[in-house]
Amino acid sequence: MSQQTPVAEDPGQGTVPPAPRRDPRLLSVITGPSGWWSAIKRNLRSGELGAAPVVIGLILIAIVFQSLNDRFLSPQNLSNLTVQIAAIGLMTTGVIMVLLLGEIDLSIGSVAGLSAGILGVTVMRHGFPEWAGILTALGVGLLVGLVHGVIFARIGVPAFVVTLAGLLGWQGLHLFLMAPDGTINTRSDGLIAALTQTYFVAWIGWAIVALTLLLYAGTVLTAERRRRSAGLPYKPLSEVLLRAGLLALALVVGVWILNQHKGVSLAFLIFVGAVVVLDLVLRKTRYGRMVYAVGGNAEAARRAGINVVLIRISVFGIASTLAAMGGIMLVSRNIAASTTTGGGSELMMAIAAAVIGGTSLFGGRGNAYSALLGGLVLGAITSGLLLLPNVDTSVRFMITAAVLLVAVILDAVSRRGRKTHARGGA
Amino acid sequence: MSTPVLELSGISKTFGAVRALDEVDFHVDEGEVVALLGDNGAGKSTLVKVIAGAHTADVGGGIAWDGDDVTIATPADAQRLGIATIYQDLALCDNLDIVGNLFLGSERLHFPGTLDEVEMERRSWELLDSLSVSIPDLRVPVASLSGGQRQIIAIARSLLGRPRVVMLDEPTAALGVAQTAQVLDLIERLRDQGLGVVLISHNMADVRAVADRASVLRLGRNAGDFSVADTSYEEIVAAITGASDNPVSRRSTRAGQEPLATEDQR
Ligand SMILES: Nc1ncnc2c1ncn2[C@@H]1O[C@H](COP(=O)(O)OP(=O)(O)OP(=O)(O)O)[C@@H](O)[C@H]1O
Ligand SMILES: [Mg+2]
Repeated sequence: MSQQTPVAEDPGQGTVPPAPRRDPRLLSVITGPSGWWSAIKRNLRSGELGAAPVVIGLILIAIVFQSLNDRFLSPQNLSNLTVQIAAIGLMTTGVIMVLLLGEIDLSIGSVAGLSAGILGVTVMRHGFPEWAGILTALGVGLLVGLVHGVIFARIGVPAFVVTLAGLLGWQGLHLFLMAPDGTINTRSDGLIAALTQTYFVAWIGWAIVALTLLLYAGTVLTAERRRRSAGLPYKPLSEVLLRAGLLALALVVGVWILNQHKGVSLAFLIFVGAVVVLDLVLRKTRYGRMVYAVGGNAEAARRAGINVVLIRISVFGIASTLAAMGGIMLVSRNIAASTTTGGGSELMMAIAAAVIGGTSLFGGRGNAYSALLGGLVLGAITSGLLLLPNVDTSVRFMITAAVLLVAVILDAVSRRGRKTHARGGA
Repeated sequence: MSTPVLELSGISKTFGAVRALDEVDFHVDEGEVVALLGDNGAGKSTLVKVIAGAHTADVGGGIAWDGDDVTIATPADAQRLGIATIYQDLALCDNLDIVGNLFLGSERLHFPGTLDEVEMERRSWELLDSLSVSIPDLRVPVASLSGGQRQIIAIARSLLGRPRVVMLDEPTAALGVAQTAQVLDLIERLRDQGLGVVLISHNMADVRAVADRASVLRLGRNAGDFSVADTSYEEIVAAITGASDNPVSRRSTRAGQEPLATEDQR
């Protein structure tokens, strides 16, 4: 193809790396803290809220509950908090995948319950080794999700209805399997119990911090160097260091506090690990790009050659597998599987956490870290209220509802902000 | 004259009892813009879809690519030949950024199988520069672009497959004056790069501005093939409506003025 382009020729092609590409109209030329501040303000106005509201919310929650009861920020309470949020947190990561598609999964609580029931029945009644029981429960979770996905994506039944049937049906199967027992106690010294009772000694926590920071800095710096040598706009070193510094601060303070009690818990590590893996899959792989594309505009994705049906089925499979993991964590924490496992507020809390964390209900927008942030907000509210006298579930539900509403309103408002800015280019 | 890149002869297409195309001939040369004209329901979109592989034509007609007979049974066949189609509804993902949209479905990967964002962004700049398109930031979601910019991204996206024929179905229908001009500029640049461009438009001003040739369909049949520079507005309208005594010319006679003011701008 001959290219007769009237644009200015690239001077010194290939020899000298071209100067970083900055269009004069590009506003985000960041210079120092004042530049950051105005960039933040611009993002807020155009509806790109990011994690700011959640982080502010967390700080407010910490201040309020600490002033009501000074045990709230104690290492012991915070350490318990990290274990408490793991189960629902895993369910939330699954919900996020489905929300990114622009769909909803109402069955995750029932799937968690079913997985708990299968774990209890296989291990305690049929003498499966605990690892085999765990794998069976996960396998059933995956299967259930694939069934939902096929009915939704292939047959075309709305996901809302498919998973509503799942909500009822899998809870029914759960009750059926558990009958006649209401509760099956599991062993308190096995692999299952270890999932939520294992804490790592101090140095392992620090090693994790060091490794994370090294990997983070390494990948970010190489990426920015590549951008620079390719002549693309890159983040100045000061900004890279600022981000790394903030991450380091959060990790060091977190691990330091947890080490004051028993150390970093395995349950929290599994949860955060799932979030990190999911984040990398969503942002760095072709699969993740396809999930966002299907959530943004399924027709466009289809025309681009993406197998929309397969993506949808796989996402429902992943979501239910993560819900099953959540169910296993619930069994581990109670050292028992019961007919009520997963049948309570788990579903609502998982969906609420995803939305509070910043994943949009409208599809295509959000990220894996919403599970961590939203889970921390809801976990902190639950744990803070438990420390107060004369406060029961009723208050917790009302406060959670208020927080959820605020999050959804922020989502809707920021969506409108993006809409009104959409045609602002000319 | 050299062989056309794409030549259709005697193409018919029936939908049940409707004969949308009836023995239609059509061709595109390298480096020319062909306007495909016709009233609503004339069969323009159907013809484009036949070429794009979205519909298969009835048996009987023939399609030649560089003079060789080919069959286009699926969209993939058309793409493999080098035919790119930009439909009216743009098919962009609003939540993805420009780079993400340009490379959707053909992402570049590097070592551990992860997305090579740097390479994709570099290629995107290269592509947009070669089209003299200036967009300040390729990392904004396309939702925040103007209609003209979105149209340009959709066109640019189709060029990644290095097509030789680009077909645009009403690319300026929803655009304002300035943005229409941007898109027409881009169409001229595609022609200058040696591509054959098929442009469907109801806007005669656009057609006069960029098209070299106008191929008219009426009720699914060929109704004339005109060199735009040598043909008057009335002649083309007459071909579209099928009579010299047509609503458009009647209207202008009533008003006692030249058919269309925009025509004089050239
Ligand atoms: N999938 C289909 N099934 C049945 N009839 C169809 C189909 N597609 C097009 N037609 C018919 O074929 C004829 C030509 O339609 P086509 O969309 O090609 O017109 P057009 O020239 O693009 O019109 P417009 O200017 O309104 O876009 C119309 O009568 C239309 O109703
Ligand atoms: Mg049409």
